[in-house]
Amino acid sequence: MDLSTRIGAVTLANPLLTASGCGGTGRELSPYTDLARLGAFTTATVMGRPRAGRPTPRIAETPSGLLNAMGLPGPGLDAFLARDLPWLAGHDVSVVVSVGGSSVQEFAEIAGRLAASPAARPIVGVEVNVACPNAEDRGRMFAASPAAAADVVRAVRGAIHRDVPVLAKLSPDVTDIATIALACADAGATGLSLINTVSGLAIDPATLRPALSGVAGGLSGPALRPVALRCVYQVHAAIPELPIIGGGGVATGSDALEFLVAGATAVSVGTTLLHDPSAPQRILRELEEALAARGMARPGDAVGLAHRPASAGPQIARPRTRIEEFS
Amino acid sequence: MTVVAPAVAERFRPGQFVAVAVGGEHTSLLARRCLPVYEVKPDYGGTVEFVFSADDPGSRWLASRRSRDALDLIGPLGRPFPLPRDPAACLLIGGAHGSSGLFALADALRQRDCKVHFVLAAPHAHQVYGALSAQRIGDSSTVITRDGSLGTAGMLPDLLPGIIDRTEADVIYAAGPTGLLSAVSGIASALGIPCQVSLGELLGETGACGIGVCASCVLPVIGDDGHTRMVRACVEGPVLRGERIRWNDLGTIPLDALGGPRAPQTALEAAP
Ligand SMILES: Cc1cc2nc3c(=O)[nH]c(=O)nc-3n(C[C@H](O)[C@H](O)[C@H](O)COP(=O)(O)O)c2cc1C
Ligand code: FES
Repeated sequence: MDLSTRIGAVTLANPLLTASGCGGTGRELSPYTDLARLGAFTTATVMGRPRAGRPTPRIAETPSGLLNAMGLPGPGLDAFLARDLPWLAGHDVSVVVSVGGSSVQEFAEIAGRLAASPAARPIVGVEVNVACPNAEDRGRMFAASPAAAADVVRAVRGAIHRDVPVLAKLSPDVTDIATIALACADAGATGLSLINTVSGLAIDPATLRPALSGVAGGLSGPALRPVALRCVYQVHAAIPELPIIGGGGVATGSDALEFLVAGATAVSVGTTLLHDPSAPQRILRELEEALAARGMARPGDAVGLAHRPASAGPQIARPRTRIEEFS
Repeated sequence: MTVVAPAVAERFRPGQFVAVAVGGEHTSLLARRCLPVYEVKPDYGGTVEFVFSADDPGSRWLASRRSRDALDLIGPLGRPFPLPRDPAACLLIGGAHGSSGLFALADALRQRDCKVHFVLAAPHAHQVYGALSAQRIGDSSTVITRDGSLGTAGMLPDLLPGIIDRTEADVIYAAGPTGLLSAVSGIASALGIPCQVSLGELLGETGACGIGVCASCVLPVIGDDGHTRMVRACVEGPVLRGERIRWNDLGTIPLDALGGPRAPQTALEAAP
């Protein structure tokens, strides 16, 4: 089966990506998953400077999910360009670089340096993490406002070669995600990555205090999947032609298929990697089987199917019952 | 618990751990449990034994496995205990059930003609792990309980200098609660004795993946260059040099740590 999928001008070998922040630098995941056989590997969000992030506990277990408050830790752009990106290039990995910043200016600078880097060759996309706190707006997420999200997307779009897709990664913690999506599309986003985690809180039953050092954290894993599917569905309904990378709790091929039919053109696997680092190859195989079982020749055949009117769906022959027969 | 895992048994080196998925295939529990390995054996095709306390739903699920059940386990993981090149007098200090990680180490040290002295410390007799094994394999073995319910009554930090003196220890290895590891590291560095500690307990509490991708198991460690970095207990540890760990800053981001609130803005790499 031809599994390739298109995001703007770029063709990915298959629709399965890792989600940002869940695959380490790539090195850690590589003994368990052949990164070169992924549609793309998404990096943890890269910020301009080294960041230590938040103290532990950074992760708490919740029903069918995890809550994390990492504080975007990372070695910063210099170390990323000098060490991580060349390693990925050397292993033939297609890379989506997730970028973050605390001001529009910082986003633009990082994108510019990324584009100018001699190590940029493996980059097949730049994901804009608009869930970052905006230092110029009292720490409110860029993703919370259509205008702020659009500003960031426009700044990154302007700094990156036009053939390289720019993907805005949106937060579900908004009143109307389709409005934010439209603003990002208007600002030049090639596509969207849906979704980032939803804010939540866990209590430690022993201490009766919040379980995370950051108090609130982002919920991920299967518990998030219905929210993610709803977001993908809503945004695809609003902007059907816009490519979407859908994700949130994807653990099986059937989960991945659900995202495709809701309107995604590709699918990301995040928290599942912490649980089972070898999952991507299995999920891809299962997705291929799920498509074949439904007579579909490529992932594209599934995209958006859930939006068809019910009458256009597969007709299941049911024996007709006459009311009279019961009376 | 003992599991058949030949590939893990073959590659295992003392100090390493395994990361076990709990809750079954349709689990709602996503974080792996990082468990120190007690012992590996070549019999039955290669077995791995680990000790854990069944104190949360995940570990209770694990404890209720029966023979022939399949388990999803990754290992061996992490940095093992470095061994002395030449025969040396080694002091192995275990706190409560943390001592389970020291017995494989004792075997490896023995094979290098090292002297092995055990100290097992716990608040109460029933928390002491492996007293008989320690007596059997150790050149000496000291049990310390706070209430005197087994062995000597007292606190390890008070008694340790005397034990170091008596055993003429060249090297100290320790595993157990972080409070104990911190005390041992302090005494060892004051006396100029190299000290390797296993942060199995911290990893068990904070780790979620065991393989270095989630970055939840971090602690502040001073590198060769004198800079503090947040390192991951699962891949940069769980065994670390005691004097490199900023014990008083565990569970915080020190202001001067790389990437911390008041660190110099340099482009140093994050990993040591
Ligand atoms: C440990 C962890 C770290 C993450 N780090 C990032 C990050 O650096 N940037 C980002 O945009 N999203 C980050 N995410 C969010 C994921 O990329 C993903 O959007 C979210 O977890 C939902 O997908 P999942 O349920 O498949 O994990 C992180 C999630 C987790 C669990
Ligand atoms: S347990 Fe995940 S990085 Fe250490």
